[in-house]
This record gives sequence, C-alpha cells and structure tokens, in this order.
Amino acid sequence: MIQALVFYLFAAIAVASGVMVISARNPVHAVLFLILAFFNAAGLFLLNGAEFLAMVLVVVYVGAVAVLFLFVVMLLDINYLKLREGFLQYLPTGGLIGLILLVELVMVYGGWTLSPEAPLSAATRIPAASAMSNTDALGRLIYTHYIYLFQASGLILLVAMIGAILLTLRKREGVRKQSIYRQNSRTKASSVEIRKVQSGGGI
Amino acid sequence: MSEFPNLVPALPELFMAGSALVLLLVGVFAKKDLTAGLSALAVFVMIVACALVPAAGAAHAVTFSGLFVVDGFTVFTKLLVLVAAAFALAMSVNWLHKERAERFEYPVLVLFATIGMMMMISANNMISLYLGLELQSLSLYVLAAFQRDNAKASEAGLKYFILGSLASGMLLYGASLVYGFAGSIGFDDLAHAFAHGAPIGVVVGVVFILTAMAFKISAVPFHMWTPDVYEGAPTPVTSFFAVAPKVAAFSLLVRLLIGPFGELVQQWQQVVIFISIASMLIGAFAAINQKNIKRLMAYSSIGHVGYALMGLAAGDEAGIRGVLIYLSIYLFMNVGTFAVILSMRHKGRAMENISDLAGLSKTHPAMALWMMVFMFSMAGVPPLAGFWGKFYVFMAAIDKGLITLAIIGVLTSVVGAFYYLRIIKVMYFDETVEVLDRGVGAGLGVIMAVNALLILAFSFVPMPLISSAGAAAAALFRG
Repeated sequence: MIQALVFYLFAAIAVASGVMVISARNPVHAVLFLILAFFNAAGLFLLNGAEFLAMVLVVVYVGAVAVLFLFVVMLLDINYLKLREGFLQYLPTGGLIGLILLVELVMVYGGWTLSPEAPLSAATRIPAASAMSNTDALGRLIYTHYIYLFQASGLILLVAMIGAILLTLRKREGVRKQSIYRQNSRTKASSVEIRKVQSGGGI
Repeated sequence: MSEFPNLVPALPELFMAGSALVLLLVGVFAKKDLTAGLSALAVFVMIVACALVPAAGAAHAVTFSGLFVVDGFTVFTKLLVLVAAAFALAMSVNWLHKERAERFEYPVLVLFATIGMMMMISANNMISLYLGLELQSLSLYVLAAFQRDNAKASEAGLKYFILGSLASGMLLYGASLVYGFAGSIGFDDLAHAFAHGAPIGVVVGVVFILTAMAFKISAVPFHMWTPDVYEGAPTPVTSFFAVAPKVAAFSLLVRLLIGPFGELVQQWQQVVIFISIASMLIGAFAAINQKNIKRLMAYSSIGHVGYALMGLAAGDEAGIRGVLIYLSIYLFMNVGTFAVILSMRHKGRAMENISDLAGLSKTHPAMALWMMVFMFSMAGVPPLAGFWGKFYVFMAAIDKGLITLAIIGVLTSVVGAFYYLRIIKVMYFDETVEVLDRGVGAGLGVIMAVNALLILAFSFVPMPLISSAGAAAAALFRG
C-alpha cells in the first residue's frame, strides 16, 4: 500500500518535472527540474531494490552531468528566447514522432516472447535477493569475473585523459599562476615592511 | 569465490601496459623532453613483447573467465602488429625531431594503441572485442590530431574520430542484436548457439558488425575517411595507421567470421565478396589520378584490403592462410614505402608529391632502388613477394569456385600496376627538378634496406612464411 503510494508520488513528480524541463522559460530552471527528475528516478530504482543503480544515478547524473549542464548554461551567452522561437512550430512533427515511438513500444510489448529456457538461465546466474545486496553482487562480478574488462576500461579512461591533456594543454607566457609553495614560503621579513608613521603626515 | 585468473596468456599485454605506465610517469616527471629516449624504450618494450608473445601463446588457452584467448593464430597476428608498430615508432623519432613536434606522450600513446590491438586480436567475447577496439581507436584519434597547430592534422583527427565513433556505434548495435537473439556474447557460446542456423535478426546484427569492421580496415564503401586522414595526419602516424590497426582489425574480422559466425558463411560470404570487389575497384581506379603520395598510399591500402578480403571470402583454411601471408607481405612493403616517404625532404621541408621523386635514381640511387623493389612488389610483379601474396589469395578463391572474384582481382591488379609503375618511371626516367636532401636519417635508410631485403628473402625463400601462416590458420580452425 505504502509502496504503491510512494511509487505514484515519485512517478508523478518525475513526469511533471520532465514536462517542466522542456517547457521552462529559464534554462537554469530547466536544468534544476532535470535534477529533480533524476532524483525521482533514483527513488523509483530504490523502490525496485536496485539501490546501487539509484546511488549511481544520483552520483553520476546529478553530481556530474547535471552540474556540468548547469555550468554550460550559465557560462554560455546564448539568447534562449530566440532559440525557443518556433518551438510550437515543431510541436506537431515532434508529437507525431513521439506517437510513432509510443505505438512501436506498445507493439514491441505486445509481441514480446521469451524463449522457454530464458527465465531458467537467468535464474541460475542471479543470486537470491535476500542472500546478497546488489552492490555486493556487482562488486563480486566486477572484481573477479570481469576483472579484465574492468582494467581495460581503466586503460581506456587513462588514454582519454592523456589525449585531453595532449590536445589542450599548452605553455602560455605571462599567466599569473598560483604557486602554493611560494605562498607558503613567504616570511614576515620578505612581505611585511614596518614604517614609522608620523602623526598627521601619512606615507 | 572464483579462482585467481591465469595471467600467463596475457603476459605480453600486462608487460606492455605496465611499461607504458612507467614510461608515462618518466615522461611527466622528467625535467627536459625525453621523446627520443622514451621512443627507443617503447621500441625495446615491443621487442621484448615479441619474445613474450610466442611463449604466452604456445598452446590454445582461454583466461579471464573466457574473455581472452591465445592460440597459434593470435601469436602470428600479434607478432605482425608488434613488428609494424615498432617500425612505425622507430621511423617517427627522426621526423618528430625535424618538425619540432616532440611530445613524450607520442610513444606512450603508440604503446597503448598497440596494447588495444593485441586485446582485439585476443578477444573472445563481444565486450573484450569492443574494449580492445576502443583502446586502439581512442589512442589513434589522439595521434592523428596531436599536431595541434596543423589545421590539416586537426581536421584528420576530427574526421577520424567522428567516423570511428559512428563505426563503434554500429558495432555495438550489431552486437546487441546478436546478444538479443543468442543470449550470450562469448564467442564460444555464440558458435554453439548458431550451430544450426540463425534467425534473420542475427544476420542483421552480423551485417552491422561487418560494417563496423569494414570501417576499421577501410574497405569500400566505408573507406571515405581513409584518404583524408592519411593525407592530413603526420606522416609517421600515417605509417602507423597504414599497417598495424589494419592487421589487428583484419585478425578480429577473421576470428569473428570463422569462429562465432562460422556457420553463417552463406550469409556473410556475399557481403565479404561485395566489399572485396568494391575495394579492389576503388583502390585501383581512384589512385590513378592522385598527386600526393600519402593519398596514393591510402588508395593503395584500400586496394590491398580488397585482395586480402578475397582470402576471407573463400572462408576456408587455405583462404585464411592466404590472408595471413598477404598481410605479412603488405606490412613490409608498406613500412618500407613509408620509410622512403619520410625521407623525402627538400631544404628541410617535408615533401609529399609524387613529382618530388623525379630523378631520384640519379641523386639517391640506393633509395630509388629500394623504392623500386617496394613498388614492383606492391604491383605484384613476379617473382617478388607481393606476387606470392596475391597468388595465395587468388588460389584460395578459385579453389572455392569464386572465379568471378578472382578474375576481377587479376584485372584490378593490372590497373593498379599502372600507378605503381608510374612512380618507378618518375624516379628513373624523369628529370630532377628539386634535389631531395641527403642524410635525412641513417635509420630510415637502414629500415628501407631491411624491409627490401626481407621482401627479396620472401620472394626467393617463401617457405618459412607460408608454413608459419599455414600453422596459424590451422590453429584457428582447430579451435
């Protein structure tokens, strides 16, 4: 009962904030609604017992992706009102595509057949939900069965990092950079000068 | 608890990955630029890996829960990739120095790309295939664009990146279709699942995967990036692109089509025949009008891919043996030709036009002689090695009854001979216009000579190569 109630709460807010994302006038508000939608989706995952997915959604999508969006929206000087002109003009086409997609999804759902052995083979690979939390299960898989793929992904990310640095980092002259070492090694003698000030004279 | 995986089969990759990390750290913390030293070390790492590969892959072995496979076939192609990468890296040091483009990341990225290729070759699962492919491609995208101030190189990098990601997307889509119908992504499971034919959805998936692989080996009709990227990328990077990634992608394609999709030969054979014919035609005719020698090499490589695909179209052990022989000979011809291209400098500036070679026989007789060997071999003039490469793929195709394919192959290689012979004509019979610099690098001269002598050795003593390629192909079919 409570579960159903919470489900409808999360689902309704998620859908409503999804609508707000595309209809909000202010792009910053749109991104904030996007974050709200992510949070509600995470709640839905939690309800289904996928707590790892819920946490990843919050950490990755809210923590990184949405905040990045926010930065881009705030930093770029784009006239959003101009960008949104003709929004209604595209509505019929967009709506039609959405409708076709919906029909397709319904047809896929209607024509869905599973091979008879599929539930069986799926069941053999999944431990019982009560025996193990899914974070635990994922961790066990990633660090044992799929260690090779895990390490390979690490190498790919390293190459991506090297590439980003190689393609963008350059030495520039005349940049005032902060040097923590120089800041910390300043002494009183080198930075403070004590003068006698005559009263009424000034320096 | 699962057991600790057996690391021995992956020893060369582990060694190279560790070394790459060490080289990266040394490069980052060194006070001055160490590109030349790190490149030499990276070449050394590849040579050590060459010694490790046969030891690690002595027998058929699967490790990391079935994600990684080694056998005679992987040993053969990994050695080809390592030799190609080592030559390409050795050739770049001099060029990077002359162009003032020394970045210590260069040898590190080449090492990572090579690791990616070796992972592709050893892939035994769709995910390990994809990760190997991405490691390789990502390193190559960066290498293509690493000369940031050069507009052409940046364009080449961007083009390669966009089309490469498109190909990766197609690969993933195809793999997901195959997974949806088979319920597995391990190559052994897939072969088992398709033992008695497969539904139409799987065929669609296989075609998508073939498309992605055709992108990677630059086979027609997915070749359009090749000339621009070859021309725009820095020349040593082009010499790397032209051989090692193609050998790796070819090896992966062969393993996919013979292993998991071996029973679908009726379905994929027609696709392979089509891209083989199209590649041979475009490779032969589009190259005729090229002025830039790097573009010419791009079209030439498209043509060569077409010939090698002919062996794959045959789909039997003799055909795969032909592919391996072809790729090995292609490697040495291409490395040698790129050594010549890298030596083309006039007053310190790199030259890229075919006309710049005019009168080379009078000013640089040795270089002209080696180039003549490479060109005759590429054209497939008997008794040079290139002829034997073509001979074995043609024979395999004819034995399988693919007569039309073989006839088109012979005709296009006659057309192709025109532009290879034109280079020889320019070198030997045209008047010198601008004298190319002397002493551009003793190392390049040595590499040219070594490759030319290897080609001559293959031409007259072909048996060692043929028997080892045969053993590698047999290892693939036994597994």
